[in-house]
Amino acid sequence: MKTGAAGPKVRRRGVDRPPTRVSRLLQNRWAGAAGLLVALLAPFVNATPYALSIMTSAAIFVMLAAGLNIVVGYCGLLDLGYAAFFAVGAYTSGVLATRFDLPLLATVPAVLAVTVLAGIVIGAPTLRLRSDYLAIVTLGFGEIIRITANNLDVTGGPSGVYGIPHLTDGPVSFYYLTVAVVSLAVLGAARLGRSRLGRAWRFVREDEDAAEATGVNTYRVKLAAYIAGAVWGGLAGVLFAAHLSAISPASFTFLQSALVLMAVVLGGMGSVPGVVLGAIVISLLPEVLRDLADYRFFLFGVLLIGFMLVRPQGLWPARSKEALRSDEALRSEEALK
Amino acid sequence: MTQLVWNGLFVGSFYALVALGYSMVYGIIKLLNFAHGDLYMLGAFTGFAVLGAAGGVPSSLSLPLLLGVLLATMAITGLAGVALERVAYRPLRRAPRLSLLITAVGASFALEYGMRAVAGADPRVYPVRLGGTPLEILGARLTPQQLVLIAVAVVFMIGLNLLVTRTREGRAMRAIALDPRTSALMGIDVNAVISRTFFLGSALAGAAGVMAGAYYGKIDFLMGFLIGLKAFTAAVIGGIGNIPGTMLGGLLLGLLESFGTFWLGGEWRDVFAFGVLILFLTVRPTGLLGERVTERV
Repeated sequence: MKTGAAGPKVRRRGVDRPPTRVSRLLQNRWAGAAGLLVALLAPFVNATPYALSIMTSAAIFVMLAAGLNIVVGYCGLLDLGYAAFFAVGAYTSGVLATRFDLPLLATVPAVLAVTVLAGIVIGAPTLRLRSDYLAIVTLGFGEIIRITANNLDVTGGPSGVYGIPHLTDGPVSFYYLTVAVVSLAVLGAARLGRSRLGRAWRFVREDEDAAEATGVNTYRVKLAAYIAGAVWGGLAGVLFAAHLSAISPASFTFLQSALVLMAVVLGGMGSVPGVVLGAIVISLLPEVLRDLADYRFFLFGVLLIGFMLVRPQGLWPARSKEALRSDEALRSEEALK
Repeated sequence: MTQLVWNGLFVGSFYALVALGYSMVYGIIKLLNFAHGDLYMLGAFTGFAVLGAAGGVPSSLSLPLLLGVLLATMAITGLAGVALERVAYRPLRRAPRLSLLITAVGASFALEYGMRAVAGADPRVYPVRLGGTPLEILGARLTPQQLVLIAVAVVFMIGLNLLVTRTREGRAMRAIALDPRTSALMGIDVNAVISRTFFLGSALAGAAGVMAGAYYGKIDFLMGFLIGLKAFTAAVIGGIGNIPGTMLGGLLLGLLESFGTFWLGGEWRDVFAFGVLILFLTVRPTGLLGERVTERV
């Protein structure tokens, strides 16, 4: 999106239009707090073990989507193997906890180290490539990680790792812990997007050559996005391992990566509230549409195409501070004329 | 040893057929068609349906019949590819590359799970099986059918190469690959040529699908995913966008896999193939026969 273009006035969708009531509501700063409140009150409405388990999974999925949003939404790098980082986090904590009888919390530093390393190992050779090569290489890496976990003895082969200790003593307390961690992660991702680094990410997404020309080290900036995404995914993996207490390669297929991508695209790439909404919709949809189970993924594929054709900005689009500011500048310019 | 080479060449000729479509489309509009592997799957299922409609198959007639089915399937998958381009890719040709890639992932998903909804999740057994008595050639065991399949693949590849290098249509394709806007100014109907390119690429993938179904005997709705990745690897090894390079890449990948399986064991075959892909992208992203392209801003 190029803003402030001179010459004939071009109507840009959603930028020139004055904000509608809905879009003003969506930009409300209390939207996040309201969402958190809903998440905190949900167990008082329905606290059956099944409902709690679904809600915990949804929260973990939100964290995955927030992490992938850093890579795809902020930086514009298509990662089709995001489940690899999720797997790395889950397996690292699961294997360490079961082999050395560690509490799960003690494995978190190791998980951080391993996911950062994984991000560098995967990102360093591939981020110099064109963006579409990157997409397919990440797809390949996702498969490599899954097949490796399937073949090695340490990771338990096809049956995976089981008997992973829980983080807390009950499902309710674990749900609250998950909500707290995920909220912090979402907030962190949002803050990161508004930081200096976040501006550089968006610059790279909009025009990589221009960014390079103005002195942004695009390679390092992209690697930073990749590592941040890896850490978010890895920590979500720890929560996942603690939640299910058993992990197997079947949980980390391409389908999982594609679902997270779907959540990011549906909600709105680069928009934190949008991505959270998208993740909740995608993870709760199977519960609502039980009868349509066979058509669900077909529908997802059609939706991906449809969204890109009709509404590429997603359900809850991002409106960056820069866009708002240039909007105001345009309006005041017109007022002067 | 010769057995490994033959197996590699055999699998490699499948890879090359699928990779050609990938490579042609990429060469012309710089689009990674993720759904290409699923067109291969579509081809296998279409062949299955056509064979089912043809009724009982006497085993003596299986090879000529199979060739007829092959042509019918190629027409159908080719048209599917054209439809896919028209609906999902053409409206986005000027959009950012990320949207196009996401659409391609969506198309792949829609094809896979659409087929699952139609044909069910269980693998289907192909009604025609290419068995036959193996022959001894240079110390390796090969069935005549395998040889026929390799020959068919080679004929397709040579035909395609002639089409691209010798005909008017091929010249139009190469012109669009260089500069679509100038090509349009020179009187080339760009959209029509791109449609026909999709037709050719998808038809080849469909042919490979039928051949794989007849050879391996089993098809399922996810069979295109892995071969799509492998075909891309083959295209990258040879030089994506370069037709002879892509054929070479396919055969080479088949050989590498065949030897990799022998050394490391079958369960590491895919890891080995993707490792080769990453290695190539790091060391020589333009592939063996590709030329270095400077990106214009």
